[in-house]
Amino acid sequence: MKREVAAPATEAHPMDELLRMDRIPHIWCPTCGLGTVVTAFASAVDKLEIPLDDLAVVSGIGCTGRVAGYIKVDSFHTTHGRAIPFATGLHLTNPKLKVVVISGDGDLISIGGNHFIHAARRNVDITVICVNNFIYAMTGGQVAPTTPLRANASTMPYGNFERPFNIPYLAESSGAVYVARWTALHVRRLTKAIAEALQKPGFSVVEVISPCSTLYSRRNRIGTGLDLMKFYHDNCEIKHGADTRELDIGFQEEITVGKFIDTERPTYVESMNTWYAEVFGDQYEPYEGSAK
Amino acid sequence: MTADPKGVLTGEHYLDGDHAAAEGALAAGCRFFAGYPITPSTEVAERIAARFPRVGGVFVQMEDELGSMAAILGGAWAGAKSMTVTSGPGFSLMMENLGLGVMMEVPTVLVNVQRGGPSTGLPTLPGQADIMQARWGSHGDYEIIAVSPSSPQEAFDHTIMAFNFAEKYRVPTMVMMDECVGHMTEKVVIPEAEEIEIVPRKMYDGPKTEYLPYEPDEDMVPWMVRAGDGYRFHTTGLTHDEKGYPVMNSKCQEKCVHRLVDKIRSRIDEIVVLEEDGVEGADVVVVSYGITSRVTVPAVERARKDGINVGSLRLVTIWPFPENRIRELSRKIKTFIVPEINYGQLCYEVERCAAGNAETVLVPHGGGWVHDPGDIYDAIKKGAK
Ligand code: SF4
Repeated sequence: MKREVAAPATEAHPMDELLRMDRIPHIWCPTCGLGTVVTAFASAVDKLEIPLDDLAVVSGIGCTGRVAGYIKVDSFHTTHGRAIPFATGLHLTNPKLKVVVISGDGDLISIGGNHFIHAARRNVDITVICVNNFIYAMTGGQVAPTTPLRANASTMPYGNFERPFNIPYLAESSGAVYVARWTALHVRRLTKAIAEALQKPGFSVVEVISPCSTLYSRRNRIGTGLDLMKFYHDNCEIKHGADTRELDIGFQEEITVGKFIDTERPTYVESMNTWYAEVFGDQYEPYEGSAK
Repeated sequence: MTADPKGVLTGEHYLDGDHAAAEGALAAGCRFFAGYPITPSTEVAERIAARFPRVGGVFVQMEDELGSMAAILGGAWAGAKSMTVTSGPGFSLMMENLGLGVMMEVPTVLVNVQRGGPSTGLPTLPGQADIMQARWGSHGDYEIIAVSPSSPQEAFDHTIMAFNFAEKYRVPTMVMMDECVGHMTEKVVIPEAEEIEIVPRKMYDGPKTEYLPYEPDEDMVPWMVRAGDGYRFHTTGLTHDEKGYPVMNSKCQEKCVHRLVDKIRSRIDEIVVLEEDGVEGADVVVVSYGITSRVTVPAVERARKDGINVGSLRLVTIWPFPENRIRELSRKIKTFIVPEINYGQLCYEVERCAAGNAETVLVPHGGGWVHDPGDIYDAIKKGAK
């Protein structure tokens, strides 16, 4: 006998427009912070009413590298570490595109570290959302350039003795014009920071401290993703404008969050146009993109 | 379609191969260049840096070759014709994102002005030892297209040819020059823009909701769109389905990678460009490419004066390899002579296709200079016996 089943209520999800719903469920673990980062990004885009056709997302490799695959804009899942130069090519060919790199700490700061500092130096007009979970997650929990001292990783089985990078300090000293750090707990402030970064002409960086429940926290016996959220709640101090030299993160120690840098500097394309106008005078047609 | 006159420096010039390749790129419509300085290829980048501001292009000197190759892929996806240039050590670094370009099917051009290797080798002197790296240098299975100019004029012509191949087959295409060609100065004639044939990008303009970025057309090459045009597509270096979504199983791998290989392998004869001289009815055929094909000329002439029935087969395209032509000739001739500035690379392809029907003799050269034509002549003489 066929039973009549009432059709489930199919209300559109507010993020339907921005997500590739045909790819959901995603691959991320329960209580991973990545879902929150995507939500914050989606809300920022929504709030700013950025036309989705003008937005491009580029990711590298790793758990965060998978973000590009779930966002329904022109989206590029590239090679390990190369999201920033790939994004540079997209942006310089079509500066009207809003190009956002969403990738992990290992991808952007280790294998892609050289690209990160040089794109910041050139002030390429892209936004980088760097999700920092303190570990190489997709490959199974190896030490990252951000792993706090003493924290355990599969390739630092007795605890990490390598000094980690302080991402805001690296970003600022390389030339980034906007630098903020929040955690996956600070959804509202994170959303606001992403929105500000998206509006900022030049190289903007938002670091998001995010729980990796499966590898980092399990290996270090510091609980589930939820426990880490509790930890962020109890141990984050908001210090806008803090000196970025003082933003190192110790193992299970206080984390300083906030907006640290928000400054003005001509972007790569602006510098190029200003300079060539000076050199060539009227003969120079200001560059607005080569793909017509 | 013909060239955009803006980039075409019509007239007679006295240029070296590096500068000529830069002009070829400009004529082909290249407007995004990302590169990193490396001898003996730097002059290509320098000329582009000087010329681009006047033609509406963007030149960016990247932090390394990894970034250069990644950037030109991004540039191509945003709609530009893009290019990079390098030599030995840089070529090795570019292999990473060359693979991404193959997987994402990005039309772009990579010029390699070959020097002696391995490693830092001979920065200022010629080599032809990256031939197999051009074919197999990135991991995984794929097919690639590469051309090999032997003069500044050809550096110009073949760079345009490379852009056209890249667009037609949606594959990164290589211009495998060498230091000799890069640094020799000769007359280069740049024709009028309307005489330069340009293959336009295969752009999709159907309904946005129906676009599948990796749905092959009849020629196995999918239609392309530009970032920012509203298609909101996805592309990845992972094995993917027609939507461009990653699918991790062997069935999808077979479909995806087989097509990448087949779109070129099944059309080798359509791609291959050869120059033949006295090959029909010959006993011995010299197979050569790049600068070595010019060194071959006096050797062949001398052998002919001796009454030896020798032909010359010059590969303009080195990849894909002209399997059918070599097979066909191997049944008619006695010996293939293969001079190359390495210890045996393309000669193994000749040997494979000759399959024992004809003998294959390598005339090696370690690099740093070109062959003495006398060595090629000696090999021809021996091969005719
Ligand atoms: S392994 Fe860690 S970072 Fe990766 S999805 Fe799981 S919780 Fe998130």
